[in-house]
Parts: sequence; C-alpha cells; structure tokens
Amino acid sequence: MASISGSIDTPQRPLSEVSTRPNPLQRAALVWRYRELLVSLVRKELKIKYKNSALGFVWSLLNPALYLVVFYIVFQVFLKNGIPYFAIFLLAGLLPWNLYGVALGAATASITSNASLVTKVWFPREILPLAAIGAGLVHFALQTLVLFAALLLFRYPPAWSYLPLIPLALFTLVLLLAAFSVGLAAINVYARDTQHLLELALLAWFWMTPIVYPYRQVADRVGSLFLLNPLTPIVITFQRAIYNKTDVVSRPKGGGPPSVIHVLPPHADWLWYTRNLGIVIVISSLMLLGALAIFGRLEDNFAEEI
Amino acid sequence: MGAVIEIEGVSKRFRLYKEKAHSLKERVIKLGRLPYEEFWALRDIDLEVAQGETVGLLGHNGSGKSTLLKCVTGILLPTSGRIAKAGRIAALLELGSGMHPELTGRENIYMNGALLGFSRAHIDTIFDDIVAFSEIETFIDNQVKHYSSGMYARLAFAVAVNVDPEILVIDEVLAVGDESFARKCIERIKQFQREGRTILLVTHQADMVRQICDRAAVLDRGNLVTVGAPGEAVLSFRDTLLKRGLDPVAEGVGPGAATTKQVRIVDAAIVYPDPARKHLFPSEPVTIRLQYEAPRPVVDVVFAINIHDQAGNLLLGTNTDILGIDVGTVRGSGEVTFALDRVPLLDGVYLVSLGVHSHDSGIEYDHRDQRDFLEVLNPSKTVGLVHFPLHVEITTSHGAEAAF
Repeated sequence: MASISGSIDTPQRPLSEVSTRPNPLQRAALVWRYRELLVSLVRKELKIKYKNSALGFVWSLLNPALYLVVFYIVFQVFLKNGIPYFAIFLLAGLLPWNLYGVALGAATASITSNASLVTKVWFPREILPLAAIGAGLVHFALQTLVLFAALLLFRYPPAWSYLPLIPLALFTLVLLLAAFSVGLAAINVYARDTQHLLELALLAWFWMTPIVYPYRQVADRVGSLFLLNPLTPIVITFQRAIYNKTDVVSRPKGGGPPSVIHVLPPHADWLWYTRNLGIVIVISSLMLLGALAIFGRLEDNFAEEI
Repeated sequence: MGAVIEIEGVSKRFRLYKEKAHSLKERVIKLGRLPYEEFWALRDIDLEVAQGETVGLLGHNGSGKSTLLKCVTGILLPTSGRIAKAGRIAALLELGSGMHPELTGRENIYMNGALLGFSRAHIDTIFDDIVAFSEIETFIDNQVKHYSSGMYARLAFAVAVNVDPEILVIDEVLAVGDESFARKCIERIKQFQREGRTILLVTHQADMVRQICDRAAVLDRGNLVTVGAPGEAVLSFRDTLLKRGLDPVAEGVGPGAATTKQVRIVDAAIVYPDPARKHLFPSEPVTIRLQYEAPRPVVDVVFAINIHDQAGNLLLGTNTDILGIDVGTVRGSGEVTFALDRVPLLDGVYLVSLGVHSHDSGIEYDHRDQRDFLEVLNPSKTVGLVHFPLHVEITTSHGAEAAF
C-alpha cells in the first residue's frame, strides 16, 4: 500500500479567511500561485478539442486558410484592390484578430461551460477565462507557422527593425484580451446572452479594424480617431513589421497607369508604434484591474447562479 | 491544539428565483428586479475544528451540510459570518468532481492535482502512490468516461488523500465503490488521523460517524442542532429524522416529549425469514416483535411503527388505531408482532421506530427510535427503491408470444 510521505509535526499554519473575497491585487497573486492549473486547463482545452478528430490541430489552420482564400478572391479578384502580396498583408492582421476574436468568445463562455468545476471545486475562477486565452495563444502560434510558410514561399522579407515590436504588440493584445475576457466571463454568468451579443459586436469590430483594408484608407479621412479602437495600434504594428510597406504601387493587370496605395503612415517611426501600444497597455491594465474588481463582486454567487 | 477551521456565525441565504431569467433581455425588462423567494440554507452556524480532529456532519437531505462544506472550501461565500482555515484543504465534494470524462485517468490525476493547487512536479512524485491506491493501473491510460462509478470514486479519493493536504473534506463519497475499497479508504482516513491531520466528513451513515469521528455535528434545516460526542450526535440525528417523518402525521411521538413509562418497551427484534442470514431479499416477509411491560393496567394504548430510509424519508407510518385494532387493556408483560407480508424494497438499510401512546397521542408511554434496522439485499441488478411486481410481455408481429 502507498504511504504518505510527509507528516504534520510542523507548527500549525496561520489561519486565513475563507469568507472574505480578495482584492484585485490579491486575486492576481492567487492566479499566479495557481499558474500550474492554468497550464493544465489549457492542455485540457486543447486535448478535448482535438481528441476525437482525425485532422487534429490542422483544424485550427483551416479557419485562417479559409478566410485567406475568401478575402483574396473577393478583394483581389473581384474588387481589385490592387494591394500586392495581399495574402501576407491580410495574414499579418488576421492572425492577431483571430486570436482576439476566438479567445474572447471562448473566454466569455468559459465559466458557464465549466459549471461542473465551478460548483464543486475551489480555485481562482479567473483562471478559466485566462485558460481560454492560453488555448488561443497556442492556436495563434500554429497559425503563425502558416505565415512563416507564406513569407518563405514568396521570399518576402519582413521589417527586421520592427520585428522586436511584435512581442510587445502581442503582450498588448493579451492584456487587452485579459481585461475583456475576465469582465465578460463574469457578466455572462448572470446574463447568458452576453456571448451572443459579443458575436455581433465582434463582427462589427472586425470591420472597424484595418485588417482587410489598409489603415490609411480610413485614417486619412477620420484622422487619429481611428486609433481609439485599441486593436488598431496592435494590428498595424503587426502589419508594419511583417508586411513592411507604408506605400505600395499598384499595377492594374489590364496595363493601366500604376497608382500609389497608402497603407500605413509614412512618417511613423518605431517610437510612434511603441507610443500607441503604450497607451493601449496603460488603458488595458486599468481595465484589467476594473475587470478583476467586477469579477470579484460577481464571483460570490457564481456557484449559485450557474 | 488550535483550531484549523473556524466557523463563526455563518449564515447562507439562497435566492430562489421563480423564473430563472438568465437573458439580458429579461434582466433589462425587469430592471434587474426578479421575483424570488429567500431560503436560508444555513443559519448562524458556529463550529470549530481543532487540529488533528475528525468531525462528522450529520443531516438529512437539504439540511445544509453540503452548503456548509461549500462555504468552508470557498466555493460559496456565506451571506454573513466568518470562516477561517489553516492550511491546505483537499475536498472531495462529489463523485468525480474535477474529472473530465474525455481525459485519461493519468491526465485527470494531473488535472485534479492542479485543481487542488499542486504542481506537476509534486504530482510526479506521488503519481505511483495515487495509481497504486486507486487500483486502476491497467486502465490509467483509458479515458475516464469508460470507467465505472466505483473506479471514478477510487481515482478521485486516491488523488485527494495522496496530495498531502492538511485538511481533508469529504462529502459522502465513501458511499460509492465496493466494500473492500471502502475499507481501504477508512484505513487511510485512520492513518490521516494518526498523522494529526484534520478531517471534516459529511455522511448520513451513523456507523461511519461512530467508527471514525471524534466529534459530530447535526444540522437540521440549516440550524446546528447538536455538536458533541458521536453517540450523542447520532441519537440527535435520529431524533431530527423522526421528527421530520412524524410531523405530517401529527403523531406526537416526537422525541423530547416526556414519556410516562406506564407501558415500557422492554425489547424489540427484527425476525428475518431465514434466521441464518441477517437480511431480507426483496419482497420477502419480515416480522417485527416488540416486548412491552406495564407494571399497572393501562386502558388507553396504541402501538405505533415507523420505517424510515436512511435519507429520512418515511416509508411506513401506522399504528394499531389506524389499523382498527383494539388493543384493550394492557397489563403485565406481552408482545406485539407487526408482520409485514412482503417488504417491497430493493437494497438498503431501513430504520424501524416503535412507540406506545394513548389514542389521542396526548400521553406518550414509551418509544424506541431507530434502534432496529431492517436490511434488504437485492441480488438482481435492478436499481431503485421499490421492488415493483413487474412482468414483461413481448408480442411479436408473427403472433408468437413470449412471457417473462
């Protein structure tokens, strides 16, 4: 028979309150202490998602691939937007967006879909939306491989000097995602149609973000207002680093006169992108603290409301 | 030794919404105000558990014991009051809680460990112990959804006791699984006790409380009725059960009411059809014998019998008056036999209560509450409570008939 290794001769541990909920900073500390659970849950999400599927992880690549094909046909073939290497331009913006949209959707439903855990086991509940983000990041990493493949295939050089901004942009994206995820996951327990509302909101948000069209086509008309969308600074940083062009020359297939398409701000430098991301980081951090506070208030009744 | 669990003035109120309005639309229409009823699952509970102590929580279904455990583990937040704990709690609140059916046993062990707050590295060191204890070595890489409920329980219990918690909280999970594993669990619990660990255990098995608890607390409708020695608590628990069963019948045989002992129940016995075995098979007859003694003649006498299941449901409540039997004057010693021609029950241990009182129930002479047990063993695989007389007939289109 197995034996228990330790024994309790050590002095008694101090009493800790169970009946008061921790403040946002304590919550963050608890999440850190349970980081192994976060990893386990991400692993679980991925395993369950692909357990009985023949193609497994390939499925996560099919979604962006389909988007790519559809948008390529619509915008290049029919609408003739004339952007060269449109696939790469599109992927640069689509990958961060996919991470955002898919993870936010999964995170919002994460508490209600794990009801059996929430009502029977205690752990910091914020872990559930965060695990959805974690699973999203794994998919993101896989989809990035497709982008790499595309860059190699076209022998397309990214902007090496801007590449260091990608981790910062990704960090910003995750922070923003965490803020929305934690807040919406809690609200969704009380109002289940939050997740449906979110689907509509994400649809609108997608078209309000310069993913399938270049930033300047809108920014030239509305100015920096466009930067109010916190995803804009993130997406254009990806585009700057990967697509690596601020203006492109479009040569119509029929042989008409070439025209210049403005893609990204011409005089914007490293600092401009960093500053924009910095603003989003500050706002997202504040929002995350707010979301943790909301979460803390709503969490009391999770096990009852679910 | 100091307290490792402190429960002070804890109350828990649930809001039972008449209609669950989970959609935003309904919330908006009703401006957040939904009709609800308040229900107090716990009222002003005070309980301290000292280090190294094993405390049992007894109570019928809906008495609030599970709610209390959920408050202690932090799953629910009490409406008022304070709960503090010292050390790490491993809780087994329900069979297979925290197990994912799609994952294998191995994956679930790590998952469960992580849920309890333990690192992968730590689980690695105790993984073999867990597997050995659960006795499911061969199936450890099978998906848990293919496990039997006994295997589920074994795996969950094995994780909880092997992760080395300071406090173990168990909610009735020992009721599942086969007898030999239950014995093994109890062995392990006793080892825990020797090591000075603290255990909070919910059960409605009186034997379990007597066997392993240092103290026990009885909950009834959210109130803490008794905290004391196991024997005392078990008696108090039976009182609450009996009160519950008899309330609707307004028998007044409730415990606490003083008995006059004008007629005393000297002894009682369950007479099984086959004296060689101490149990019944479904739908076998049984006889319950009550021996009484009346030092002086008593004119107004009714003999009563109640049978409860372990959850406290009244299965039978009757007396000689209801049955139209005139007992007449009782004098000296004698015997009353309740012969049940058939006991249409499936598996279980049933509690028999006997009483003697006057016609209007005004005077209670004596009672013997739930001290006798009726055990029914079901050899077939049919599950449930009642042994319905069941016949199946199958008619085929060819006109041939088969009867079973």
